[in-house]
Amino acid sequence: MKKILTGNEAIARGAYEAGITVATGYPGTPSTEILESATAYRDSMYLEWSPNEKVAFEVAAAASMTGARSIVTMKHVGLNVAADPLMTFSYTGAVGGFIACVADDPGQHSSQNEQDTRHYARFAKIPVLEPASSQDASDFMKYGIELSEKFSVPVILRTTTRVSHSSGLVELKDRIDSLKPLAFEKNPQRFTPLPAWGRILRRQVEERLSLLGKEASQSPMNRIERGNGKLGIIAPGIAYLYVKEAFPEASVLKLGFSYPFPDDLIREFADGVEQVLVVEELENFLEDHIRAMGIPCEGKKYVPVCGELDPQTVRNVKIRLEGGEPETPVTLPEVSDLPARPPMLCAGCPHRGIFYALGKFDVIVTGDIGCYSLGVFPPLSRIDTILCMGGGISMAHGMEKAGEKRSVVGIVGDSTFFHSGITGLLDIVYNKGKSTIIVVDNRTTAMTGHQDHPGTGRTLMNEPTYAASIEELGRACGIRRIVTINPYDLENTIDVLRDELSAGEPSLIVSRAPCILKEKSGIGLPFTVDQDKCRQCKACLKLGCPAIEFREDEVRINTKLCTGCGMCAQTCRFAAITRQNEERKA
Amino acid sequence: MNITSIVLAGVGGQGILLASRITSRASVLAGYDVKLNEVHGMAQRGGSVIAQIRYGKEVYSPLVCKGGARVLMALEQVEALRYADYLAPEGLATVSDQTILPVTVSSGKAVYPSDIYARLQRVFRNLQYIPAADIAAELGNSRAANTVLLGAMSKGLDLETDCWHQAIAECLKPATTDMNIQAFNRGRNI
Repeated sequence: MKKILTGNEAIARGAYEAGITVATGYPGTPSTEILESATAYRDSMYLEWSPNEKVAFEVAAAASMTGARSIVTMKHVGLNVAADPLMTFSYTGAVGGFIACVADDPGQHSSQNEQDTRHYARFAKIPVLEPASSQDASDFMKYGIELSEKFSVPVILRTTTRVSHSSGLVELKDRIDSLKPLAFEKNPQRFTPLPAWGRILRRQVEERLSLLGKEASQSPMNRIERGNGKLGIIAPGIAYLYVKEAFPEASVLKLGFSYPFPDDLIREFADGVEQVLVVEELENFLEDHIRAMGIPCEGKKYVPVCGELDPQTVRNVKIRLEGGEPETPVTLPEVSDLPARPPMLCAGCPHRGIFYALGKFDVIVTGDIGCYSLGVFPPLSRIDTILCMGGGISMAHGMEKAGEKRSVVGIVGDSTFFHSGITGLLDIVYNKGKSTIIVVDNRTTAMTGHQDHPGTGRTLMNEPTYAASIEELGRACGIRRIVTINPYDLENTIDVLRDELSAGEPSLIVSRAPCILKEKSGIGLPFTVDQDKCRQCKACLKLGCPAIEFREDEVRINTKLCTGCGMCAQTCRFAAITRQNEERKA
Repeated sequence: MNITSIVLAGVGGQGILLASRITSRASVLAGYDVKLNEVHGMAQRGGSVIAQIRYGKEVYSPLVCKGGARVLMALEQVEALRYADYLAPEGLATVSDQTILPVTVSSGKAVYPSDIYARLQRVFRNLQYIPAADIAAELGNSRAANTVLLGAMSKGLDLETDCWHQAIAECLKPATTDMNIQAFNRGRNI
């Protein structure tokens, strides 16, 4: 039976069919839906959102050591966080099959950088699988687990945004459970790589590489599709799909198991064609190696290094290869001045209150990753740095210690705080800093789709559980000034900020109000502008709320969007904004 | 390769995902292989969103080439223009008369084109301009505006009415099926 599944749904389905019993992860676009879809198989596997990707990886790795087939899911930058356990897990190896499902984001649809995760596979000396489609994604989970158990090696399944979020028909099959006993077998020489043992494991890792390379050359995840024998294109992952449509007559080597490099297969393919072209997204990972093998080929001479591939880009590769220049697309005047429509903080978002209040002070704001990152856009324009998860806190400390004279405020969200914020707080107190830190707590991991985390009191399986307290953790780190505020109360928020910024010691402000998209019970009657009282001073527009419209010299509130949070009314000096009395119209 | 490409455009939260599910389901019921791509994540934050659907005997790429779409369905007027270059010159543009101001406009930083209809007529040789919300309201349910639009768009494709009806029944709640099929038919008969 076939069903249309996204790549992520297909990975979850494939995990189920491959007998996975432990699945962990941390939300991150475009990987989030893997674990979410996998909850459909909760009767067959244990699933959890971990506080961060390092913890998630460690949990899944230990499960694998105990004989359980395990997966961990994350986006590409998440692998940076999990890189420490990854590198040594390559040495200890997997017992129960283990796959790290990592989703790259070429083109940075929702990421602060672009990374080619295949480099991690090479760095850790483990296999990487690159599915091109949803059917591949499902099939490769099964092959991946078999590969992992055959060679006792952790495997990376690497997708990109267009694989994870595109859909196609997938054949559904039955689950095959593992027969491995679920019991950890004591073996310190394997599982505790102290230097003397680690060095032995190190050499085994090296020997494993050539065996894996031979396996890749014979793997059903790779195949040669013969064309007219002139041009031979090597295409890993989704590039294969674009190549099939742009170069229908070419011979193609579809690579699904791309590292360790399938040298024998590559050589066989190159021998059968006149010219070799490598069409790969992001880095020249394969091209470099193929050239080093002594096989003349081209790739990045024609294929972009930055950004994602798409059908047009690959068509342009063909044009350039044939000596032409792609046509510059003509932009019609009718579409050249369209207003941008960027994502923004929702109407009624509590984060808006914090950024508005911060606007009253001359401060530098070290920010972080989440919905609140959108506070960087005008008119709020209130974030100055974003580096990585948890950076919002540590970087405030760094600027202070560098000698920055202005106040520096660090901002993180609740999920980010539990992910990597606590260590930064410890640093501030331990190393005698004075930073003011704001945790914008909207009671969820919002941007990725409202997932739970250690502070929400609910697990991925929707079971009630202990809710860790941000304030108590702050106290445990040694912070004495801890204030909890309601960000919708602008005046109070500004007063608190004034006090804490001049405190001369570390300060933790917890700004707590639930995400308005998730907690719809917070929505009240909409507000409205009295045009007689309004002086068009535009103070309310400084909030950047999408429900407030300035059109034809009038300020109006769109009652379909307004959630009745009341922040705009607080900014108005002329009492022109008040709450409607009637029930909102449907 | 004989592949039909469809592009759906709109604003996050308008219902693009559902329209794309119905369309792809109708293609599968008609016996085709289908691939689709939808933008996730930022969509709910009021950003511009696009879904791409391709069906045929064997479909490789889930993404449409610029100038490759047989139909473009837009739930919002500016978004129709924003993604106009996806439509083939002779393709059918089905555009709702809906306006949703981006925050760049509502905050006074940018301007929403005042001559939007004239621009649509100039850009699209083959234009269906549909007051979808009004039609849906006439039928007694403003939420069916997207289904009206889907009906109008369906005229540009070769999928049988039965496939569409069954897709709607499978993708929507049973209680709303009949009403949505009615809305779809209304759009298809414009």
